Amino acid sequence: MTNSIAEVERADCILVTGSNTTEMHPVIANHVKRAVRQRGASLIVVDPRRIDLVSFADIWLRPKPGTDVAWINGLMHVILEEGLHDEDYIRQRTEGFEDLRRVVESYTPQRVEKITGIPSEDLKVAARIYARAPAAAILYAMGITQHTRGTDNVKSLANLAMLCGNVGIPHAGVNPLRGQNNVQGACDMGALPNVFSGYQPVGDPEVRKRMAEAWGVQELPETPGRTLMEIMEGADRGEIRGMFILGENPMLSDPDLNHLEKAMRQLDFLVVQDIFMTETSQLAHVVLPGASFAEKEGTFTNTERRVQRVRKAVEPPGEARPDWKILCDLASAMGYPMAYDHPRQIMEEIASVTPSYGGIRYERIERVGLQWPCPTPDHPGTPFLHKDRFTRGRGLFHAIEYQPPPEVPDEAFPLYLSTGRILYHWHTGTMTRRSPGLVERAPECLVEISPDDAARYGIEEGDYIRVISRRGRIEARAHITDRAVEGTIFVPFHYAEAAVNRLTHGHLDPVAKIPGYKVCAVRLERP
Amino acid sequence: MERVRLTIDGKEVITAAGNTILMAARQAHIAIPTLCYHPKLPISGACRACVVEVEGRPALVASCATPVAEGMVVHTRTERVLRARRLVAQLLLASGDHNCLTCQANGRCELQQLAYELGVEELEYSAEPPGYPKDTSNAMIERDLNRCILCGRCVRACNEVQVNEVIDYGYRGKRAKIVTAWDLPYGESNCVFCGECVSVCPTGALTETQAKFRGRPWVIRKVRTTCVYCGTGCQLDLNVVDGRVIKVTSDYRHGPPNYGSLCVKGRFGYDFIHHPDRLTKPLIREDGEFREASWEEAIGLVAKRLGEIKAKHGPQALAVLSSARCTNEENYLLQKFTRSVLGTNNIDHCARL
Repeated sequence: MTNSIAEVERADCILVTGSNTTEMHPVIANHVKRAVRQRGASLIVVDPRRIDLVSFADIWLRPKPGTDVAWINGLMHVILEEGLHDEDYIRQRTEGFEDLRRVVESYTPQRVEKITGIPSEDLKVAARIYARAPAAAILYAMGITQHTRGTDNVKSLANLAMLCGNVGIPHAGVNPLRGQNNVQGACDMGALPNVFSGYQPVGDPEVRKRMAEAWGVQELPETPGRTLMEIMEGADRGEIRGMFILGENPMLSDPDLNHLEKAMRQLDFLVVQDIFMTETSQLAHVVLPGASFAEKEGTFTNTERRVQRVRKAVEPPGEARPDWKILCDLASAMGYPMAYDHPRQIMEEIASVTPSYGGIRYERIERVGLQWPCPTPDHPGTPFLHKDRFTRGRGLFHAIEYQPPPEVPDEAFPLYLSTGRILYHWHTGTMTRRSPGLVERAPECLVEISPDDAARYGIEEGDYIRVISRRGRIEARAHITDRAVEGTIFVPFHYAEAAVNRLTHGHLDPVAKIPGYKVCAVRLERP
Repeated sequence: MERVRLTIDGKEVITAAGNTILMAARQAHIAIPTLCYHPKLPISGACRACVVEVEGRPALVASCATPVAEGMVVHTRTERVLRARRLVAQLLLASGDHNCLTCQANGRCELQQLAYELGVEELEYSAEPPGYPKDTSNAMIERDLNRCILCGRCVRACNEVQVNEVIDYGYRGKRAKIVTAWDLPYGESNCVFCGECVSVCPTGALTETQAKFRGRPWVIRKVRTTCVYCGTGCQLDLNVVDGRVIKVTSDYRHGPPNYGSLCVKGRFGYDFIHHPDRLTKPLIREDGEFREASWEEAIGLVAKRLGEIKAKHGPQALAVLSSARCTNEENYLLQKFTRSVLGTNNIDHCARL
């Protein structure tokens, strides 16, 4: 997030898109709802599904799946046409504006209505609400990013925010709501193929030299590695022979599972370190029992870049060990001695090699976490980014044309399928599906379908239906609801017995290599 | 900031204008009991447990809802005040079925504490117990309206903190109670089980089902940590008894990002910690089946096989998936291991999933 969670509550306008906030980030949703009910903020929801926040919204735009660049360009078109943009901000803090203006010129509300299905008058109303707010915050999540044009979607939202001077001020910004508890931290720590911790590029010789010295090795590999989906392709082609997986379950979370399973089975050696036997560890040659968050010390970094303590409350079961200890043992067994008495020492090392974490110390975050960038031990942390200047200097507008998704419905597969999560379960369900309270609320996979589509296919509430794509099929019960838009069904991916990722495709965004989970084509059958 | 000078129990107190008498008294370490007041919630002034005497005012005032004024003279423990508070306690005790013997709230119940502080030994009034059936319609929150004192904290928590708008006051007079829409049990209502209502209930009317009979408040050890589910990073307390997590709570004083609020997963989704399916020993696959192994053997085998693949096919034939579920320290170590020991940048995690 460019800004902090608590700032959302004081925004004058909040635009939520591709985030079912009340289910996926319920506590952040509370800030949104309080801003609307108690402070009179305007709320714009842009989402194909009638999510709960729609009932709090001033206006709800319902685009066809995969048309995000079009409606965002459309909003900017209206804002420019009506002169609602922030000229001073654009002149003083940004570049590339003329290119942007040229591209969005053709995105008239009429054209955008044809592409997205959003009525042109609604688009205008939303544009005015957003542009007239002194501080407008954009919240988004994977409904924006999990597209084959996900990077374009994010850049477009950044364009919109900069156009109205909403980056670098309090209570505004462009705010991705990160999914996993420590996905921010895993990125910050360099669990990525192209960067060390603190996003220091592996391709930079200076950085490599510094890291090699700090780690006491001769040299470090210079070529950026493979992304997750490229790793899996490599396994499929026999280029990746050995794999180590820490606490992830790709055999349920990744797209096109039938294909993936074949690739994983070809590995010469697979190690999985986890707290439960999962669909993935079933395929492993060695399984190492790790510790849960309640059994170890450490830190997580939340979506607002706040580094917070994790503390040990109970002992790990049996012979299970904290994951950091296992990694130390493995490195030592491979001839690289790694010895730390406590994760506190690891954080001291992180701080010494990672400029943005330079001031993070356990004793400073005992009570309240610190938000990076926090470069020095006396730095108070950074609640919002890009104040006065952007990281790169001037904010760069990206002129982006809308491109349709790679797989759209046709005669053989006439419906859109969108995948995601529900309130009561988490990711692949290894944790939440072992909680009786949560299981009672959401015991099985439900296919969300609109009343019109249900009538068309003769489906009644609770019927078992078969969902078929070009890649696979699953069976689950139908849930008829006006949350679903006509022509699109929604299936959560938590349930192994109805693994929706047997249906999804492996097309990736060319830059971020994220799978296009939110759009693929399917048909329905009665089993 | 404008300051106001007042006198409480003969002590001169200086506080910010706009503060209530209760806030000023607490700053001066003068104890005033409360029930419907909760620092996290909007003020309601409903229960009258916090009444005090203000010179020049004919009636006792609710200190939680009365702003201070310059020169105000307040008495918090006069006989008149104590008599009024005792009456409140007596009426509340008579209006419900407050049997502390095996109540989950015993030891942290604010009504119990009030009665104790005021020395209420004998019940002066008797009333028909309300006889509400317990709401056990779900596996997370148990609702026993016989213990409800209608303070309305849960209503404010639901509507004004979480803004879920599930519960409110229903009915009138003696029949008044807290209801969901159509007076359905929680399990059949549109409740989303965030548990904010449980977290502010001063008595045993709302309790965590799974913690029942698992440990009294005074044996609980609280360990503050960060929630393991979404990226919000809520601060919470694991409540530990005999080496087991029996429930999860939070506290508004923990501050950002959640100020004591949680969601259903963070509050009730902790059973996995002690689940019998947990992996407890390293496993090695042999002839298609897993067998248990020692750490030494398992680590030795992993080191050997990764080393062999690296030697035979080069470091680029190895790949590592790190975890967005694990700590910063662990992610840092794993990328350090991947780059400096395995010799490849083939490391990623599920950021995109």
